[in-house]
Amino acid sequence: MSGYWGGILGILCINIIFAYSIFLPAASGQLNLGGAGFMALGAYSAAYLNTALELPMWITIPGAAIFTAAISFVIAFPILRTRGVYMVLATFAFAEVVAGVIINMEAVGGASGYEVPSFADLDVLAILAIATIGFVFYLLATRFGLSMRAVHDDENVAALFGVNVRMTQVMTFTIGGALAGIAGALYAHQYNYIEIQYFNIMISIFVLLYVLIGGTQTAYGPLFGAILFTFLPEFLRLPEMAGVANGAVLAEWRFVIFGAFLVAVMVFRPEGLITRAMVDRLRHGRAPEDITGEAS
Amino acid sequence: MAAPTNSIMSFTGVHKSFGGLKVIDEVTFDVVRGSRTALIGPNGAGKTTIFNLISGIYDIDIGKITLDGTDITHTPIQGRIGHGISRSFQNIRLMPHLSTIENVMLGQHTRARGTVDLFKPLGWGPGRRWAEMAEDALKRFGLETYPGQVVGNLPYGIRKRIEVVRAMMADPKILLLDEPAAGLNNQETTELQNLLRQVSDQGVTLLVVEHDMHFVRSLCEQVVVLNFGRKIFEGTPEQVHKDPGVLEAYLGTGNAA
Ligand SMILES: Nc1ncnc2c1ncn2[C@@H]1O[C@H](COP(=O)(O)OP(=O)(O)OP(=O)(O)O)[C@@H](O)[C@H]1O
Ligand SMILES: [Mg+2]
Repeated sequence: MSGYWGGILGILCINIIFAYSIFLPAASGQLNLGGAGFMALGAYSAAYLNTALELPMWITIPGAAIFTAAISFVIAFPILRTRGVYMVLATFAFAEVVAGVIINMEAVGGASGYEVPSFADLDVLAILAIATIGFVFYLLATRFGLSMRAVHDDENVAALFGVNVRMTQVMTFTIGGALAGIAGALYAHQYNYIEIQYFNIMISIFVLLYVLIGGTQTAYGPLFGAILFTFLPEFLRLPEMAGVANGAVLAEWRFVIFGAFLVAVMVFRPEGLITRAMVDRLRHGRAPEDITGEAS
Repeated sequence: MAAPTNSIMSFTGVHKSFGGLKVIDEVTFDVVRGSRTALIGPNGAGKTTIFNLISGIYDIDIGKITLDGTDITHTPIQGRIGHGISRSFQNIRLMPHLSTIENVMLGQHTRARGTVDLFKPLGWGPGRRWAEMAEDALKRFGLETYPGQVVGNLPYGIRKRIEVVRAMMADPKILLLDEPAAGLNNQETTELQNLLRQVSDQGVTLLVVEHDMHFVRSLCEQVVVLNFGRKIFEGTPEQVHKDPGVLEAYLGTGNAA
């Protein structure tokens, strides 16, 4: 495998874990637009453990997960008091606070970036990505997973049947934080150098798009979204790299094509590309029946 | 006012307003343990509001609700099912993205909570038993063809019945059903009545809001009538047809079948 595609696969593994970190809260009804902040917490805590304390990766990665989960747990309470667009803004603001704090922290390099000595190769990334996929599918199949999805569909009715809505949301937010922490730690160890400017609003938006475009109803959604979003821009660059005539035009226009694709998905498949009904159909070979009897 | 000792639920001196509009006005009634009681009245009388007050979706302004002797007036919404209250909704509120069986299993949530279900995804342990129980319930009510299907796409009559099954799965002391027969055809209505008799025979108290008076007469032995948020009658289905106040407010107007 060439270094180029190896690099892309590494990014894919990190994107998958990152996407699931945003998917878990989204699957129980909360939009998190602060993904970059949580990932930065993971990256910088792993980097600090690795650089300053000289700890090995098998400690820095779980350490980053625990640290990010703990912060997520604490901020979940005030953030989950807000709803809808206010919650989106609150998570966004949190990420800005994280960036503001790190840029002023000389102990982790401040604005000039931070070296991370230990290198995580593709094997480590792949194993953790696969473990994350398995974990999320498993979690959704438990009774807690059922509560999560019930809270997503109707908080009041879920509460009526005894589901502790607040606890369910805090837990998904916290577990999501742990996954973002792992994604950040892997990023730090893959590139061996981090700077806070990388953890900006664009990556928060992108990861939320992976999840929403992929679909929040099943654990296939974010997986599909992460794969699509990681490869699509690269494929659009292939003709240029292969030296095809006018290939550069495609490469230049790829963000436009990409944007048009996003708009099309939002218009035609507002519930995401992969829906529960679609997965059922593929699995059981049932005939399509989208009556969507949302009567009364 | 002392509640009769055989009462399972008492609703005492309850008031509820929405922004100055008085919707429930000094309503008091008791539901007899093990009975099948109907709550009837014209559109907008406050029947659904009473269900929302009992199940904790709305807080009451003044008054008291007790269940089996326990004051539940201020019990938060997710605590009420633990006291034995379960309900269905007039406008179906199943979880649209969950399958039939998952909706039914949500009904068991409180009962199954103590069990560690880490092995449930593997089909082991107590999780397996709960799933079997949910499948059995679906089978008993003729819904076994739909277990894995996402409910959002199922026909209205089927969803209406799934909602009743979900409410039952909580193993409640009192089951509140808000217009369970609305939109069902004759055969489905008969099936529903049989289902409700079975539930009632197991000792569950039923409180049913229903416009169809045939349904009320054949199922219920006790009737409470509301009009403009006030209770205007309480008695048997035979008496209700002779009560001049009820005839004028509701039954006489051709409002009900
Ligand atoms: N959340 C609310 N906010 C404001 N008004 C409300 C609210 N809920 C109910 N009402 C009003 O309370 C009154 C009683 O409504 P309710 O739904 O309890 O009637 P109902 O007896 O169930 O009628 P129907 O037979 O049509 O179902 C109506 O005038 C309704 O508009
Ligand atoms: Mg009503």
